[in-house]
Amino acid sequence: MPKNHASQTTIIDINKVKYVAHLVRLGITEEEAAVFSPQLAAIIDYFNLLNEVETGDTPPASETSTIRSVMRADDVQPSMPRQDFLKNVPHQDGEFVQVPQVFDEE
Amino acid sequence: MELHNLSIREAHELLSKKQVSSAELTAAALKHIHQTDALIHAFVTVSDELALEQARLADERLRSREGVTLLTGIPFAVKDCISTKGVCTTCSSKILENYIPQYNATVMDRLAEAGAVLVGKHNMDEFGMGSSCENSAFFSTHNPWDLERVPGGSSGGSAASVAASMGAFALGEDTGGSIRMPASFCNVTGLKPTYGRVSRYGLIALVSSFDSIGPMTRDAYDCAAVLQVIAGKDPHDATSLLAPVPDYIKGLEKPIKGLRLGIPKEYFQSGIESGVEDSIREAIRKFEELGMEIREISLPHTKYGLPVYYLILFAEASANLARFDGVRFGLSVTEGAENVIDMFLQTRREGFGPEVKRRIMLGAYVLSAGYYDAYYLKAQRVRTLLRRDFEAAFEQCDALVAPTCPTTAFKLGEKTDNPLTMYLSDIYVVSTNPAGVPALSVPCGFSNGMPVGMQLIGKHLSEDMLLRIGHAYQSVTDWHLKRPVVAK
Repeated sequence: MPKNHASQTTIIDINKVKYVAHLVRLGITEEEAAVFSPQLAAIIDYFNLLNEVETGDTPPASETSTIRSVMRADDVQPSMPRQDFLKNVPHQDGEFVQVPQVFDEE
Repeated sequence: MELHNLSIREAHELLSKKQVSSAELTAAALKHIHQTDALIHAFVTVSDELALEQARLADERLRSREGVTLLTGIPFAVKDCISTKGVCTTCSSKILENYIPQYNATVMDRLAEAGAVLVGKHNMDEFGMGSSCENSAFFSTHNPWDLERVPGGSSGGSAASVAASMGAFALGEDTGGSIRMPASFCNVTGLKPTYGRVSRYGLIALVSSFDSIGPMTRDAYDCAAVLQVIAGKDPHDATSLLAPVPDYIKGLEKPIKGLRLGIPKEYFQSGIESGVEDSIREAIRKFEELGMEIREISLPHTKYGLPVYYLILFAEASANLARFDGVRFGLSVTEGAENVIDMFLQTRREGFGPEVKRRIMLGAYVLSAGYYDAYYLKAQRVRTLLRRDFEAAFEQCDALVAPTCPTTAFKLGEKTDNPLTMYLSDIYVVSTNPAGVPALSVPCGFSNGMPVGMQLIGKHLSEDMLLRIGHAYQSVTDWHLKRPVVAK
């Protein structure tokens, strides 16, 4: 592990790991969370390096190129035919995409 | 020389003189792949039938002499994050293991129009997350120069494939060094173009504000030939640049004498392998002999490039990978799912590997309430400073030269236990992507028998100049011509 500029301060405990896993809709077991917990903490801890930088009122970057506000005519264009789209859909009835229940019964 | 060893320029010459057909070239490439890839494992898919059909069409074109380009009839392969209509596109992930795109990425359409012949798809770190190709869900790719070493990543399959002569060129994708780093480890010439120079349409996104598709080739001349075809505005990608595409091949012959070459001192600090530094210093002397003006410069925020890069990557990747949910494509695990959330949880748990899981969780963490300002916003502010470093440097010089990596290729398994150590191997390549500037990695020597690469970094849209400098260097050196035994 690389030497850190600051003391190891970041703690991402198992509950926090389970919480962020749920936010990104990732199923996770207690054992997996226990493995990820110190790994994630060490990574975030190293990245606290950025606190050294005085950013003051430096604006955050919001784009990579110099392009701004690309506009185009709002014309109707052909899109992918439904049958082509459905070729990759795992659960379907030949016409619609099928998923398990989305809303509660009540 | 065997047919599979030919560069684009050499193969084009033979094709034009009718001394060889595309069918012969393609058959030779496929034969070599089937013999050699058992050792290298660079390919996820080899598309024999499609390749032979495309070769037949290319031969018709060559016979009629209509619409012939430098790439007509030339066999190539691409990193498996680039969508290929009708050919499996996996991102080396279980979640896309059987995914067959119904459309082509724009770069694939352009290469098809130019008459190039697709022979297959290259292994990579899953979704581009890795620096060694060991994060592929399928298998690790081996470095053709030493089978016990990694080819680098994430475009490791593409670099290994070009180095081992399995195809005349490749398209890789560079989010934070993923073209340059493996190019350096495998003795290949690789270009990360300016952000927006090449359309990202049909590229499976990792970091939408960093991702750049680019050529991986035997030399700078071939790089120019491929960039010529894939560069330019695309109505399907609003971030692609309108700037006209110069004649890159013609540009190669312009003089480099008098150009100012900057040496960023922060790229030569502790941690750099002595053999790597020696090779770069020797290359700098060569540039001086070629009449370039050498000056030391500073990119003061260099050491913050790595945290800026990874923090923004975590955030954007966690959002980009939300689309893999088991609904529209890819793996879908519904057994026992009581509702749609259960399906998401199960599908993503089974479909993603550990590095992808770590990164999307870190993305949710750095974007969550209470941490957003401290991590994500802070990183975007420092990103502005990184970009200003480059702008200031390019007021004093025309291009920069630095090692592509602090070391040569490391051993398989050497860094897999510690994700952070793996991240640190990217230290010299990550800063260019947050700034959007182009960079070319060029072979420049060997250290303990393994290839060393240097990167030439330029300002936005200076690909023509970077290629010209690379070409001038390759005209007086032969590092790029050295081939591993397995390429024979």
